[in-house]
Amino acid sequence: MPIEILWPSLLNGLLTGGIYALVALGLTLIYGVLHIINFAHGALLMAALYGVYFLFARVGLDPYVALLVMVPAMFAIGYALQRFVIGRASHGKDENILLVTLGVAIIIENLALYFFRSDTRTIDTPYALATVDLLGATISLTKLLAFGGALATAALLWLLMARTDLGRAIRACAKERQGARLVGIDVDHVFAMSFGIGLACLGAAACFLMPAYYVNPQVGSGFVLVAFTVVVLGGMGSFAGALVGGILIGAVESVGGLWLGESLGQIAIFVIFLAVLLLRPQGLFGARA
Amino acid sequence: MDAPNRIESAVAASRRRFLGATAALGSALAATPLVGRAQPAPIKIGVLHPVTGALAFSGQQCREGALMAIEDINAAGGIKALGGAKLQAVLGDAQSQPQIGASEIEKLNEQGVAAVVGAFASAICLATTQAAAKHNLPHVVDVGVADQIVDRGLKNTFRFGPGYGTCSRVAVNNLHIMNTLARKPARTVMIVHEESLFGTGTAQLLARDLPPLGYEVVEVIKHANPTRDFNNIVLRMKAANPDIVVPANYYNEYALLVRAMKQQNVVPKAIYSVLGGAASNTKFVKEFPDAANGIIDCNHWVNPKDKRAQALRKRVEGKGLFFTYELFNTYTATMWLADAIERGRSAKREDIIAALSSSTWSDHFMPYGPTKVVNGQNTGAQPLMTQVLKNDIRVILPNTFAEAEPVFPWKAA
Repeated sequence: MPIEILWPSLLNGLLTGGIYALVALGLTLIYGVLHIINFAHGALLMAALYGVYFLFARVGLDPYVALLVMVPAMFAIGYALQRFVIGRASHGKDENILLVTLGVAIIIENLALYFFRSDTRTIDTPYALATVDLLGATISLTKLLAFGGALATAALLWLLMARTDLGRAIRACAKERQGARLVGIDVDHVFAMSFGIGLACLGAAACFLMPAYYVNPQVGSGFVLVAFTVVVLGGMGSFAGALVGGILIGAVESVGGLWLGESLGQIAIFVIFLAVLLLRPQGLFGARA
Repeated sequence: MDAPNRIESAVAASRRRFLGATAALGSALAATPLVGRAQPAPIKIGVLHPVTGALAFSGQQCREGALMAIEDINAAGGIKALGGAKLQAVLGDAQSQPQIGASEIEKLNEQGVAAVVGAFASAICLATTQAAAKHNLPHVVDVGVADQIVDRGLKNTFRFGPGYGTCSRVAVNNLHIMNTLARKPARTVMIVHEESLFGTGTAQLLARDLPPLGYEVVEVIKHANPTRDFNNIVLRMKAANPDIVVPANYYNEYALLVRAMKQQNVVPKAIYSVLGGAASNTKFVKEFPDAANGIIDCNHWVNPKDKRAQALRKRVEGKGLFFTYELFNTYTATMWLADAIERGRSAKREDIIAALSSSTWSDHFMPYGPTKVVNGQNTGAQPLMTQVLKNDIRVILPNTFAEAEPVFPWKAA
């Protein structure tokens, strides 16, 4: 392998990791903080990607402008989904939540299959193939923007959790649900808000992903396993962990692919994953239980 | 590991129910008798494809082709030798997995199908033909290009189109002819292929056949399905700087690869696909004309001069679908099966197998001539060479079917 392609490959992997981080940020809030194992995360990403696609194809809305629509729309969907479907159907039992989110995933995927067929849909923006020369490597502009989006989203989430009443309420609910209820926190509302914020992150991820990728009813499954890996690797509920974990996974996948071949490259991800679980079970940024 | 497996099974079961309902509806429609006269019993045909999972787009295109053929046969009076018996589609979903394809064959067998058309991907076809052989169930392979499908001596297995052996041989010969005529500007080749049987088998044949003609295969890169990012492969391409890039993969990965090449400004003397997933696909050309222009492909293609092919294309596009090789291959494979039932004057499995084995069917729009079957393979089948020129797919070779002159090398054009 020529050594001169190592740096561009690493840089490309780091930026791809930004996308993984974006997908994982929403998951770390839902899965890491609220302990809801959301099997519908991939299907909801797919739904968000279709949203971005149709906003572009039917209304002519640029994917980055679509952030203004998709983020609040996905927040509203997430809020309603938790408040009126997952929360009610789960009856407070974790195993029910698992099955309900799985059911939601099946419904969304099959509806997409029914209405949109399994055609792969892409959008062609004027900047889709634009590149930036960065530190001696030619980098896709859309990836660079996605990386910036991941950083901004992680920072906003951190601010929300650390500096706002809502953030404090979310943390309180995560730590001690009954206690939070006793001090007057509307736990159901906070759970729904958290789920909504998690899905809003997916809305943002879809806007950053769509210019360089595609959507079909199966697309979410390619990201969801990586996202769960990132969340556990980074530390459950840690936004910094999701960000660093995503970037690390992207870099390892890229360089691993270069060395081991594109088919075997993903092995490197899981070797790192197992090593972290063995040596630091709480994840890179997770607090020791 | 148990939980994900259970979840996967639950998802699969749900999909099966969903598609089963669609299948039942399709069957019911096809079986509706005409009022006022006695109808012979319909002949059940298994239509088995991966309509969910990673290969769902191709599988659904195949299914559409089979259903259009059955619709046309029934509209033209059904199987006349059997009193106008209608064909009735019994749908199956292989879910993009060979083992599911094999179990779907068991179900189709229990439902009493006379024959099966399917199952798109080589790996799935290997499993379904084997499973069908146990029941002496005739299986017409619509696309699956791996030569092992027809090389195992299964008496029930027939393929109307060419295998990857024929395709890679035609591709290599034509590349050499074009390169020689252009005074040999191309000497190095890089092959990028998907990891399943189709991509791996095609790549092995190309890597074997190119060096004796003087081409150096500088790199053979295998990738997974799906692959989310092709930048690494394109970086390796940049470093190796091959004259020719040969992709052999499915639609999504093909499109991402070519877009990444365009983005990284990698412009070889030719992108020369062998059974390229997107290269002969009107959808790709329409959506990414800049990336598609100039690409040469050796693939399944219709006789461009046959008006029936053009009429089918109009119908397909009128339905809002894309006219792709999956669709017209399965359409003609189903027509071929119907011809065998007609000519054999029987819907019994052994009679269909005998009729397919001795078939000389020529009433089709593929560039094959009359069928001549040896060990299940239609030996007249051949791929055509196409090139995307001015945002349209044009046949460039062989001359009998050519619509345009090849532009080779593209870089110099």
